[in-house]
Amino acid sequence: MEPILIAEAAINGILLGGVLALLALGLNLIFGVVDIIWIAYVELVMLGMYAVYWLVTAYAWPLPLAALAAVALVTVLGLLVHLLIIAPILSSPPVNQLLATGGLLFFLQSFATFLWATDHRSLRLALPILEVFGMFLSFARLLAFAVSLLAMLGLYLFLTRTYMGTAIRAVSQDREAMALMGADARKVYLVTSGIGGAMAGLAGALLIIQYSVHPHFGAAFGPLTFMICVLGGLGNMFGAVVASLLMSEVISVGGIITSTEMAYVVAFVIFIVAIFVRPEGILGKRE
Amino acid sequence: MKRPLAILGLALLAVFPWLPLGPARLYILHVAILILIWGIVGTAWSLMGRFGLVSLGHGAFLGVGAYTTTLLWNFWGISPWLTTPLAVGAAVLLALVLGYPCFRFRVVGHYFALVTLALGEVIRLLIIAERDWTGGSLGLTLKDAGAFNPWAIQFADKRIFYLIALGVWLVGLWVWWRVDRSMTRSALEAIGEDETAAASIGIPVTRFKLRITLLSAGLTAVGGVLYAQYLTYLNPGVLAGIGVSLQIVFAVVLGGMYTLLGPTVGTALTIALSEYLRVAFGVKLLGMADTIYGLVLILIIIFLPAGLYGGLKELVLRRAAPARVVRAPSG
Repeated sequence: MEPILIAEAAINGILLGGVLALLALGLNLIFGVVDIIWIAYVELVMLGMYAVYWLVTAYAWPLPLAALAAVALVTVLGLLVHLLIIAPILSSPPVNQLLATGGLLFFLQSFATFLWATDHRSLRLALPILEVFGMFLSFARLLAFAVSLLAMLGLYLFLTRTYMGTAIRAVSQDREAMALMGADARKVYLVTSGIGGAMAGLAGALLIIQYSVHPHFGAAFGPLTFMICVLGGLGNMFGAVVASLLMSEVISVGGIITSTEMAYVVAFVIFIVAIFVRPEGILGKRE
Repeated sequence: MKRPLAILGLALLAVFPWLPLGPARLYILHVAILILIWGIVGTAWSLMGRFGLVSLGHGAFLGVGAYTTTLLWNFWGISPWLTTPLAVGAAVLLALVLGYPCFRFRVVGHYFALVTLALGEVIRLLIIAERDWTGGSLGLTLKDAGAFNPWAIQFADKRIFYLIALGVWLVGLWVWWRVDRSMTRSALEAIGEDETAAASIGIPVTRFKLRITLLSAGLTAVGGVLYAQYLTYLNPGVLAGIGVSLQIVFAVVLGGMYTLLGPTVGTALTIALSEYLRVAFGVKLLGMADTIYGLVLILIIIFLPAGLYGGLKELVLRRAAPARVVRAPSG
């Protein structure tokens, strides 16, 4: 194995980590605030990818505009998921909550198959490939990474500088105290779900410029996103970014050295062991 | 009091394949066998699930069971009679390797669900990655051993498979019933309610949780072996991973996991639903059947949180006596 290929894979890993961090942050917020894992989270990302794909290919929208539309669309979907599915079962046993979003996963996957068949669809953008020190880096990935960083910065500012953001962080730290402090639970949940949706939509727009989309896109990325979300520690934005980078490095570099499946196996085993050793996340504080 | 009814039911089940079932006889038998096999798996899952140990990784045990016997038969021609204990052992070992640290470090609730989900994915991906001898994502076909071969447990006659599945299913129910009547149940219910309190009165939490998990994994592996012997085709997408794990859980929750027949009733309903949708839509409108399936799943969870069978039974019991409160422990 040539070192240059590994270095290239490592850089690609960092670039992928940016987008994964976006997803992990969205899921982390929802999990932390509403205390429900959206099993179908990456299926929302898939819908965002399809939205950009169809707007660009069938309706000839410019890419940035299509991306914005996808973010708006998936934000609305996030709100709908909360209002229609999550809100009625907030007090149900955890297994029911898992199953309801699991049902959504079947529904979205199959509905996408029904509407658009199982074809792999890609935008085939003619974006340049940059050559740096003999390594080939895709401009699309750099762009996706940069936009992810900007979005994360925006999210960070929102969570730390606004009243609503502070309320959201407070809830994820102590759910019981929320009501006592006079924060409106329903509003906090709704805004969180909307942000989660927006992150999924943006991630979808950033992923469609690098990968092709198909109804089972979530099969690979879905479980990975849950793992990263937990690995980073709830309510810990920095942890989520570190966990994303770790996992995407394992998958990117591991994929070059062995096979993609083996790299995922290694990543999941790391997750399992990490949960045993540090259940509060790799950078979490012990209670 | 209930005994005559139970014996009558059993006798009916036993002679079911010989009843005049009409022109669709073979298809009805096929669906019945599927219900029994998945009923075993659902019953196995509910062994743990009813105590708040929500596993999303039972596909792993199913896959390990099915692939162990099939691979050993295909490569070395060893009879599944001899390799089933091996398959069960492998699943139990896997459950031990995962379960012991899980319970030792008190991984519970969502975290337990995610760790088991990761296990299911690991097994699925390993099967795909080792495609040279497992067939990878294309699947694996059990080597044919003729139309009637007890040594290979391969029979062309569906009636024989029906009886085998019925027997194993009854064993599964018996295991469930034994657990239901045992000290283990009281201990695990206490643990499910409040682990710290249970530990403080001297209940060995880790040992009890581990025991029920191993039992559940072993029984699931038996279900996997039966599946492989009956359908003779294995696929990692069908037998391991998140999809099948979710479907097992859904069937159990639909039927209700606190009653003996709940998991089987739930399995029967989900299989009936998916078979009906499959027949209704056929090969046209690809994906429509599963779309409706997913939709029905969501609606049932929202509007019938106690499950169909469990809800009905609750209703009947409430008339007879004050209903026992079954509360699932929260996360």
